[in-house]
Amino acid sequence: MSEPILQVRDLKVDYMTASGPAQAVNGVSLDLAQGEFLAIVGESGCGKSTLLFAIAQLLTYPASIVGGSVIFKGVDLTSLTPEELRRHRWRDISVVMQSAMNALNPTLTIGAQLADACRAHTDWSDKKITQRSAEVLAMVSIDVVHLKSYPFQLSGGMRQRAMIAMALLLEPKLVIMDEPTSALDVVAQRSLMRQVETLRHELGFSVLFVTHDMSVVSHFSDRLAVMYAGEVVELDTTREVFDRPQHPYSQGLMDAFPSLLGEPRALTGIAGTPPTLVNPPAGCLFAPRCSFAMDVCRTTKPELITKGTRAVRCHLVNPLKSA
Amino acid sequence: MSDVVLKVENLSRYFRVGGFRSRGQLHALDEVSFEVASGEIVALVGESGSGKSTIARVLAGLYRPSQGSIVFEDETISKQSSRAVRGRMPMVFQDPFGSINPVLRVGHNLLRTLKLHRPDVAKSARHGEAVALVERVGLSPGVDVLRRYPHELSGGQRQRLGFAQALASNPSLILADEPVSMLDVSIRVGLLNVMKGLRDREGVSLLYITHDLASARYVANRMIVLYAGRIAEEGLTEEVINAPQHPYTQLLMATAPDPRLPLAEIEGEKDLGEPPKVIDPGPGCRFAPRCPLVMDVCWANTPPMVQVSLTHRAACFAVKAP
Repeated sequence: MSEPILQVRDLKVDYMTASGPAQAVNGVSLDLAQGEFLAIVGESGCGKSTLLFAIAQLLTYPASIVGGSVIFKGVDLTSLTPEELRRHRWRDISVVMQSAMNALNPTLTIGAQLADACRAHTDWSDKKITQRSAEVLAMVSIDVVHLKSYPFQLSGGMRQRAMIAMALLLEPKLVIMDEPTSALDVVAQRSLMRQVETLRHELGFSVLFVTHDMSVVSHFSDRLAVMYAGEVVELDTTREVFDRPQHPYSQGLMDAFPSLLGEPRALTGIAGTPPTLVNPPAGCLFAPRCSFAMDVCRTTKPELITKGTRAVRCHLVNPLKSA
Repeated sequence: MSDVVLKVENLSRYFRVGGFRSRGQLHALDEVSFEVASGEIVALVGESGSGKSTIARVLAGLYRPSQGSIVFEDETISKQSSRAVRGRMPMVFQDPFGSINPVLRVGHNLLRTLKLHRPDVAKSARHGEAVALVERVGLSPGVDVLRRYPHELSGGQRQRLGFAQALASNPSLILADEPVSMLDVSIRVGLLNVMKGLRDREGVSLLYITHDLASARYVANRMIVLYAGRIAEEGLTEEVINAPQHPYTQLLMATAPDPRLPLAEIEGEKDLGEPPKVIDPGPGCRFAPRCPLVMDVCWANTPPMVQVSLTHRAACFAVKAP
């Protein structure tokens, strides 16, 4: 494998709360290769969006990075000044936000918003800006006439694709996507995912994709990281995680999808709720909800142990040597 | 059938759109007819803009129907429907964070519903009844839950509370408008199981409104697929899932992501489009612009319902009666 484009090392993010710091992201390490699609899944509050924001250096008070590094093409983003960061934004790293409805300015045309991004990050002429804007819209199959359209004149799927077009304006190496499909219907969702897939293969950018619904990415991501309570609990190629989940939490997630195929059968889901992240309990954070929990799980925190392509954080999979 | 709880006939709801002089009418719902029997879960499935939430809102009395009739437990619902009727057909909303008053304790709303809708429960018995209600939807210990504030509950717990509140008025039908779509995947199933339990143990009927075919299959006895304000297909759940007749249902089936399968191939796929806004429609099938099987007749005439089996029907010219 070539040198990874993004290396996240032991990243820690705390939210300041009245009762002390909440460890929203607790020691996450990830590598992302050039052109790779890595999906991060987990339930709300597991820190997946916070992780993305930390990687993109978009955290604001009360959240802050308290440890670790985010190395993008050899540069540690956490050590850069805002002005230095600005030079990387959009050119190297762009972000597609969750809700296009809220992320697009309702009072400006799509064209004006694309131009705005270009002016902020390039010294292009107006002619070049218009030309490039038309190009990126065409890439996501939106008719060029919509440069003059306002967001409300586009359907939900088109708005979300316009957001992706905007992210691709300056040909970034890394596109970070925070649940871009969650407001879309299944049909539009599929169109959008296919579009992202095609563009990724054509343009060769890497994708970091966060979602709570892992079925969305099941056919599109190369690797899948499952997060729970601020930590990565399992990471492997997407197919492996789906076919042979090893962590009880991933297994529970797999078993939480009703299927359209086969005989109808009863499902159980995962009972309980995630732990508090202010002074989390000792031991494995998933233990209180885990049906396989052993004594050691309640006292000793499992490490994320990598074997081959798979990394799992669980005492069942990686028994302690002394035990 | 004598055990019909709800009978909807030719229900239409239009909205005026455009400026204040505009005569444009958005047909959110057009001539929709269906029934819900007692003790069954009927799923209303469709994309946004299909009219599924409009149905719920008309049934709940939030909108008046433009045309058509609603008969609930042998009583025609009119705009002056009594509180008693609404109490027997409560609604569970989509957003568990927006639908509960954050400054009141959880018990307050339940006790209030009991006071208003359950004259049979004596004042002294209300608290005990409220405890029983929250425990029936899987929130325990009930006494403790009633004392909490909504912000102390998770999304899944709040949605369970929504069902407890609906149950409080001893309903025969619960309208559930996307009750799980804002919840995490891991806790959705728990809620779906609550819905099944209400049907199986308490004999309550549910109208389950969703865009998620798989979850509809999981809980529902029957399924109604809506497209752009009309019923596209209706039938027993397994009939619709195993032998979808309408091309729209087939499209929904093909696009529903299933991690257990390779990605379904859809012929000639590019952008599959989205449902239209139906403003002042003429005749013709509303799915025609997206339909792979479209014929000349589809543009000129509105397709009639074709009975595929006793329990299964679809509105499409391409569907042949057996």
